Amino acid sequence: MMGAAILTNLPALLVVVPLLLAPFSAVLPIAGLAWVLALVGTGISFLAALMLQSVTENGVRISYHLGNWEPPWGIEFVVDSASSLTLVVMSALGFLATLAARRLVAIEIADKDSGKFYAAWLLVVGGLFGLVMTADAFNLFVFLEISALASVILIGTGAGTDRRALVAGYHYLVIGAVGATFYVIGVGFVYAITGTLNMGDMASRLPDAAGGAALYVGFGFMVAGMLVKAAIFPVHIWLPAAYGYAPSAVSTLLAAIATKAALYVLARIFFTIFGGTPDIVDIALSNIIVPLAVGGIFVGTIMAIYEADIKKMFAHSSVAQIGYIALGLALATPAGISAGFIHIGNHALIKGGIFMAIGGFVAALGARASLETITGIGRRMPITATAFLICGLSLAGLPLTAGFISKLYLVRAILETDSYAILALVLISSALSVVYLWKVMEVMWMQPAPARSPKLIENPAIYLPLWMVALGNIWFGIDASWIVGAARLAATALLGGGA
Amino acid sequence: MNQNPVFRVVAKILFAPIIMFGLYVQFHGDFGPGGGFQAGVIIAAAFILHALVFGLQAGRQIISARVNLWMMVLGVTIYGAVGIVSMAKGGLFLDYTALTGSVGSGQHIGILVVEFGVGLTVTSVMLALFHAFAGFVEDRAND
Repeated sequence: MMGAAILTNLPALLVVVPLLLAPFSAVLPIAGLAWVLALVGTGISFLAALMLQSVTENGVRISYHLGNWEPPWGIEFVVDSASSLTLVVMSALGFLATLAARRLVAIEIADKDSGKFYAAWLLVVGGLFGLVMTADAFNLFVFLEISALASVILIGTGAGTDRRALVAGYHYLVIGAVGATFYVIGVGFVYAITGTLNMGDMASRLPDAAGGAALYVGFGFMVAGMLVKAAIFPVHIWLPAAYGYAPSAVSTLLAAIATKAALYVLARIFFTIFGGTPDIVDIALSNIIVPLAVGGIFVGTIMAIYEADIKKMFAHSSVAQIGYIALGLALATPAGISAGFIHIGNHALIKGGIFMAIGGFVAALGARASLETITGIGRRMPITATAFLICGLSLAGLPLTAGFISKLYLVRAILETDSYAILALVLISSALSVVYLWKVMEVMWMQPAPARSPKLIENPAIYLPLWMVALGNIWFGIDASWIVGAARLAATALLGGGA
Repeated sequence: MNQNPVFRVVAKILFAPIIMFGLYVQFHGDFGPGGGFQAGVIIAAAFILHALVFGLQAGRQIISARVNLWMMVLGVTIYGAVGIVSMAKGGLFLDYTALTGSVGSGQHIGILVVEFGVGLTVTSVMLALFHAFAGFVEDRAND
């Protein structure tokens, strides 16, 4: 009886558990307990996501009616192969980031604020899950705000170690609010045309609706709003500072999962909501999203090359990697979309690991990680630095790492569409990304540590989760069948479900 | 403001009626315009008026920051608990009908309890916002 109740309510539980644990975490006086609560919340979500993924693996589409109100009147959660893959990736990395957070937070956040910190943490996680599952265009905005406001709090808590975090958080708040407002304006237009907020309903009514200019305006606003949230060039400017000055644990969480949800929503807008009006979507994808994605890849990579602060360097690199994901999705072919999904998973693994490792460096050094301070750290912190090296190689796309699989499938997808100019640009940018990685690795491993610098203490609470992520990078580089298969199904679900 | 007799008398007279009106809006919410959000704001307005006239400290003596935090948590928990109970009774999340098994009583009780949770949280969040801004300078000095 109870088991059946849990199984049918899995989509709701995935969001409800983190969101309801959050207030309890806020009143807990002991930092350790709040962390346990966060770990339990993200752990349960991970299990729920895995179960949902196992159900939707065969192309099953779960539709969950909140409050038992039939859609389109009520709010609907939809879990299909596309959303369940995104959920598994996000919840897995969310769980690992929480695992690593204990030590990082204890160092960077005052003990009395820890309860509230983990409350915001759980709100981010729960909000992002809701964002991925909801099939109601307005409900999506609500989850967008829950996760965005909680992220701003998390970024702002970095002020304890670096007051620039406050400015970074404020920028994210303002720019993010503009993005969310754009999205709602767009939804307003589409609602005016179709008279519904349910995504599936919108999709079936849009082709016959005499929308005219309103349709284009609505589509444009919705997409523009989500571009801001997904940090796609040129509206990515909030991201480097936000990731750079946030506490290490927060950088890990946000870099691994936050923009992924927004990218997934973008795919939903293109292929589900506007799946029935392919003419607009095709124009937008090939004339706007593809150039922006390629632009982001270059701007992010070049900015990373000129950056001396390690955290900001990899934040810039995130902009480039988001460009690769967007490029894959924008190809709008099954191969391209599955390449995008593969990179959603692999990039979460790569950046999660890299920011965890940087957190380890910062914790041991007691200072910001810059090219200067991490000189020779390969010998001072071998365990953390080796994991960092693995994730770095994966970022560069070395064979036998997850990053290679991403690049391989992306290149294949581009070849299928015969766009050799884009292929050349992607390959050039990949080569460029080796430049900044080499800069870091050279300083870390080949230069001697400053004289009389002591060996630094490495904390297992940080490097164990880090190594799990690093080994994940190798595992999914050698046996990528799970993610490739899941991504292919996701692409089928997205392209087939919308039309 | 706490020296001015007009303010003091008016605030004392209005305090209870404002809360009464808030409760009216609260319980009106299940079958007409109204509900927890509006009621929460109105009830919080009574406490904010009190704090404006008699001082922030007097306001904090009625509802301390700690109690206020617990009220926020309690409100959200009540809301969530309705959802959890409806799931445990075999329905979907926030399916009020599953609470009692009949549409009439289930929807009635469900919406009342949920709106009560909303009202509690909105009241306490409004108060927290007011004290956070109004007491900003004082709290800084005390830290």
